[in-house]
Amino acid sequence: MPAIRKKEEKELPAVSTASLPDIIFILLFFFMVTTVMRDTSVKVDIKPVKGTELQKLEKKSLVHYIYVGPPIPKYRAKYGTAPQIQLNDVFAHPSQIRNFISNERAKVPEKHIPALTTSLRVDKDVRMGTITDVKQELRKTNQLKISYSAVPRQEDL
Amino acid sequence: MARKLPEINASSMADIAFLLLIFFLVTTTMDIDKGLPVNLPPLDESNEPPPPTNINKRNTLNILINSQDQLLVKGEPLEVRELRELTKRHVGNYGADPNFSVSPKKAVVSLKNHRGTRYETYITVQNELRAAYNELRDEYSERYFGRTFDKLPDAHKSVVRAEYPLKISEAEPDKTGSGAE
Repeated sequence: MPAIRKKEEKELPAVSTASLPDIIFILLFFFMVTTVMRDTSVKVDIKPVKGTELQKLEKKSLVHYIYVGPPIPKYRAKYGTAPQIQLNDVFAHPSQIRNFISNERAKVPEKHIPALTTSLRVDKDVRMGTITDVKQELRKTNQLKISYSAVPRQEDL
Repeated sequence: MARKLPEINASSMADIAFLLLIFFLVTTTMDIDKGLPVNLPPLDESNEPPPPTNINKRNTLNILINSQDQLLVKGEPLEVRELRELTKRHVGNYGADPNFSVSPKKAVVSLKNHRGTRYETYITVQNELRAAYNELRDEYSERYFGRTFDKLPDAHKSVVRAEYPLKISEAEPDKTGSGAE
């Protein structure tokens, strides 16, 4: 008996970590599939509006953003504090929205074009005049599906 | 006898995978974008005046927002927090009060804002209008199907939606830039 016990102690195997890479790889694939790269840096300061009747935007790949708000401090010296419209990475004039939309349309297969959604991320203190101009431009390009981006509101009005 | 091939050491594989994993963890954005979905009306390119609509005056809930973010509803000043109740009364009137709509199917909300209106006020108004409709739809669903609108099957949802169609008509912006004044 003692001899056998001695043998067992000697051959106590370490916990196998061979499957660890596999587990990590599964996690890795999960994040690779779910990740959406942030392709623009927001150059305007947006204090989001709040709402209670919000709906989730499906299909992130079919959503593009128009940001409107005062430039962040870094750009104030150059552009002032008046609200700016940001398309992709640059400040733009409302008339450039037409181009922006046709670029977005070119990126997706034709059958998905009707599902393209423009999400407006607008600072809460922006005046509606600017937004009306943006909306009119969108209507001119027949991009009618839009969403006013907002965050949930808990407190009462 | 052939020499045994030395096994490739795979213990660093986990480290490499970890590194990649951390990279994707950091770059991933999990924020779900939420918002108020709207379908804009197509732009009418012709210069003809729109055909006269035979919408009865009582069916229209007129909302004007001025540049001071004040509301004028049916010609009377109103606080934003009162808008939800008033909209519900207007839409769910079923002909009872002669000042409000004949039926929810005929009720229309007409919204006009000034160019100087703050975006926040505009969104709050839009949100309150939707809230009123959602509450009415919920009440209707509870009464006829026994559960809230969200939990209904799609077929029933469209029934409720047809009963309470959300009709918000926004005024065309005029060239002078003055909206509600």
